[in-house]
Amino acid sequence: MEGFMMEPTLNIIKGMCIMDNDGNRILAKYYDKNVLPTVKEQKAFEKNLFSKTHRSNTEIIMLDGLTCVYKSNVDLFFYVMGSAYENELILLSVLNCLYDSINLILKKIVEKRMVLDNLEIIMLAFDEICDGGVILDADPSSVVKRVDLRNDDIPIAEQTVAQVLQSAREQFKWSILK
Amino acid sequence: MGSFRRDKDDEDEGITNIYQNLEKTSVLQETRTFNDTPVNPRKCIQILTKILYLINQGEQLVAREATDCFFAMTKLFQSKDVVLRRMVYLGIKELSSIAEDVIIVTSSLTKDMTGKEDLYRPAAIRALCSITDNTMLQAVERYMKQCIVDKNPAVSCAALVSSLRLASTAGDVVKRWANEAQEALNSDNIMVQYHALGLLYHIRKSDRLAVSKLVNKLTRSSMKSPYAVCMLIRIACKLIEEEDISTEDMPNSPMFTFIESCLRHKSEMVIYEAAHAIVNLKNTNARVLSPAFSILQLFCSSQKATLRFAAVRTLNKVAMTHPAAVTTCNLDLEGLITDTNRSVATLAITTLLKTGAESSVERLMKQISSFVAEISDEFKVVVVQAICALCSKYPRKHTVLMNFLSGMLREEGGLEYKTSIVDTIITIIEENAEAKESGLSHLCEFIEDCEHVSLAVRILHLLGKEGPFANTPSKYIRFIYNRVILESPIVRAAAVTALAQFGASCPALINNILVLLSRCQMDPDDEVRDRATYYLHILQSNKPELYKHYIIERETCSLTLLEKALTEHLNGDLSTSFDISIVPKTAIVKEEVANEAMLISNTPRAPKITREEESAARLSQLPGIQVLGPIHRTTTPIQLTESETEYTVQCIKHIFANHIVFQFDCLNTLPDQILENVRVELTIPEGFTTRAVIPCPKLPYNELQTTFVIVEFPPDIASSAATFGATLRFVVKDCDPNTGEPDSDNGYEEEYMLEDLEITVADQIQKTKKSNFQAVWDAADTEEWVEAEDTYSLSAVSTLQDAVNTILKFLGLGAANLSEKVAEGTHTHTLICSGTFRGGAEILVRSKLALSDGVTMQLTVRTTDPDVAELVTSAIG
Repeated sequence: MEGFMMEPTLNIIKGMCIMDNDGNRILAKYYDKNVLPTVKEQKAFEKNLFSKTHRSNTEIIMLDGLTCVYKSNVDLFFYVMGSAYENELILLSVLNCLYDSINLILKKIVEKRMVLDNLEIIMLAFDEICDGGVILDADPSSVVKRVDLRNDDIPIAEQTVAQVLQSAREQFKWSILK
Repeated sequence: MGSFRRDKDDEDEGITNIYQNLEKTSVLQETRTFNDTPVNPRKCIQILTKILYLINQGEQLVAREATDCFFAMTKLFQSKDVVLRRMVYLGIKELSSIAEDVIIVTSSLTKDMTGKEDLYRPAAIRALCSITDNTMLQAVERYMKQCIVDKNPAVSCAALVSSLRLASTAGDVVKRWANEAQEALNSDNIMVQYHALGLLYHIRKSDRLAVSKLVNKLTRSSMKSPYAVCMLIRIACKLIEEEDISTEDMPNSPMFTFIESCLRHKSEMVIYEAAHAIVNLKNTNARVLSPAFSILQLFCSSQKATLRFAAVRTLNKVAMTHPAAVTTCNLDLEGLITDTNRSVATLAITTLLKTGAESSVERLMKQISSFVAEISDEFKVVVVQAICALCSKYPRKHTVLMNFLSGMLREEGGLEYKTSIVDTIITIIEENAEAKESGLSHLCEFIEDCEHVSLAVRILHLLGKEGPFANTPSKYIRFIYNRVILESPIVRAAAVTALAQFGASCPALINNILVLLSRCQMDPDDEVRDRATYYLHILQSNKPELYKHYIIERETCSLTLLEKALTEHLNGDLSTSFDISIVPKTAIVKEEVANEAMLISNTPRAPKITREEESAARLSQLPGIQVLGPIHRTTTPIQLTESETEYTVQCIKHIFANHIVFQFDCLNTLPDQILENVRVELTIPEGFTTRAVIPCPKLPYNELQTTFVIVEFPPDIASSAATFGATLRFVVKDCDPNTGEPDSDNGYEEEYMLEDLEITVADQIQKTKKSNFQAVWDAADTEEWVEAEDTYSLSAVSTLQDAVNTILKFLGLGAANLSEKVAEGTHTHTLICSGTFRGGAEILVRSKLALSDGVTMQLTVRTTDPDVAELVTSAIG
């Protein structure tokens, strides 16, 4: 009766992952040495997971002995994995925290482009939500407070051409939408 | 339009995705920028992100690259930019396992950890702990203790979680921080509470009394964090199970009261955890269960897919242990069959099928058939597996289930799906004689239009085996011969073999078969032609004993063992000819029934191997084992000690033609002892001779090690069933429980009594399964065979089924033609069974049973060795 009684432990999360809408990994972290130890296995698992989830937005799936809760938005897929015996609602709360934190960080434009533009902050958020499988914080506002440390006004001299173009584009887009 | 869109996409990608097509070497080159003064934070953050991105994508850094990168990174401590500093911490954590000399950043990190900047401190603690080893821990211990009780919750959490990490390597040091963790438990912050509970439990988990105290205290003070409450529920459950609280005491136990009170918690997470915990407890009754089941029932109709999933998964798991309670949720489960989430739907169906009553089978099947077309193959396989289980549970329902399965067989579907249906039908045919005819005709119909060669071949084989004994064998011949005309060579060859089976077993049909086979001799394929010619020749010979050996009962050797035996033969003396009879026949492998809520899993199933093949691989490492010849049989392990003693020993007997290899698996459960030169001393009964003792040189704490004794059987078979006394002998050395190093070189001899070992008749016999027992039995009426007969009165058993079970157990034989199942309400029964004795003598047994006051039995044994016959008849009594 393996796993019949859940061993009381803080190590709850087996992995977290963000994929784009082609199933490519943008960021992924696995926390259990015994679960998907090599990158090759991880990628195979992700491919399988993506193929099973990208068309049906139904929140939860059991795959290869892992319970995976997921959520998608525009061109991104967010996953949180736990053992098959884990309390699914705990996993869901972590997924919600991950998603809401990113939503706050990206100011509600949760798209692949924005994630890549702010990848360093997303990496920090990953690190603040889960440390080696332990849920470090599940409150999105407190996570964001700890990771979103950029000052928004960058001196124009330090902006790259791309960034200037980008902000011009944004402004243009908004003016048309009005 | 298309090209325009693509252009636009390209443009987008070009501007935004700086992470595409990154080259490891060039990114590592860029780390030179880290040396610039003053540091350009923006640029450096980008480079660091690229490195971390590459690592995350699976790029491997070698130690040299990692070390260079790591040292370049240390320069960035000069900058005061917060994001940059935090990225450096991430980099340190990521590289700490690959790079060398990482401890160089200890002082920088210690400074950040104790500094004033609150944005640095928590992350610095976690980074520091990832590079700290045991020797340095002393230096940071003081800081860690302070941080655990820091008033900044983030700092406290980071310190607690890091301590938990360190506890796996430096448990003793972390134990000293229990007081601080205790203090953190009283914090107002919910995450601090949770992490403090986790750490405290980890420190105290081996001390049940302390854990019990902790739980008692915390259950009274209400904890605010739902995570902490979930954890507390798990700890409480563990205590309840360990203390083995009885059903009557359960409602009064404070632990249980706490779990029950959590059913009324405001967080769904906690409510579910509590309900899940209660239904999984061992000693419960309907009264304590009902509130938990109501909760799960409620969740079944929730809006959230995850809640529904959680509830159904839990119900599915306990469907076998609490069928009555799960049945109350049936209505809700039926509603979930059409759930949009397929995992939920499948779990619901399998749960329903597990608990379904005999009367509801029809209704359930109707419901399933309404939606089965819409679900994917993988889920269909799960449904078929559940139906298979249902068939064994209610054999009388076979008509409904069989019709349903054949309906599914007709629909579109992949190979895996079709295979699982065919498997199920075959299982039903094998288990239930009444279903045989209808099952075979469904399969016949299926092969008429079957695109899967492997399935067609299997079904043809089955038809050849079972068809000749059906009421009208002739009707199958048309189906089989159609294959010869229409199919690919592989199927044609299988069909020819099946035809030959009919010819051999049904004398009435032989002329027709001969005609058909002679037509097959013109086949364009070699194999088909060869088979046709071969069978035709044998059937024309008109010698039934040839039929038996070459058509009906073609014995199959275990292929791996045959290969091994042949290799040995080639390496040995080639003047003697190879004797195939010493190779054990393929034993019947029982497949373990997966009782799991195994949903969609793509992990390949382990290939079926017999115990013999497994042990052959293992034993081949023993010196001198080759002379014993191939292995005949391996028994299941027997415990020679109580399960909770200092040393536990289990024994597996490997039987060879003239030898036994006793394999003793020993486990030392004392952490402060190390055992050396461990061996088992056997008291050898008369006639047996010990050939070798292979001791285990060293048996450390909690490691399973093996020692062997090789014993030769007495030449006289009659005295080969015997009892052995056994003693475990070893040298004990005391050792340090932490390191496992012995305290001194001097140990002392010690011995430990084990339970007696038996070699029974059944141990020496390998089961075989004859599909056509009668033919073999009749053929065994020649001079080579001896027959022994005896009548017994079995007073110890009261029913025929018990008698059958006892006989099969004592003789270790395999029953044929389903004769191991006694029909209800009869007073006589004939059990037919067969096996092979070590050395290769075949044993056939027919036992006629009659129920009077006790059970009276007439046992007839036919075998090729008179001594074996005597041994078998004397085994019962």
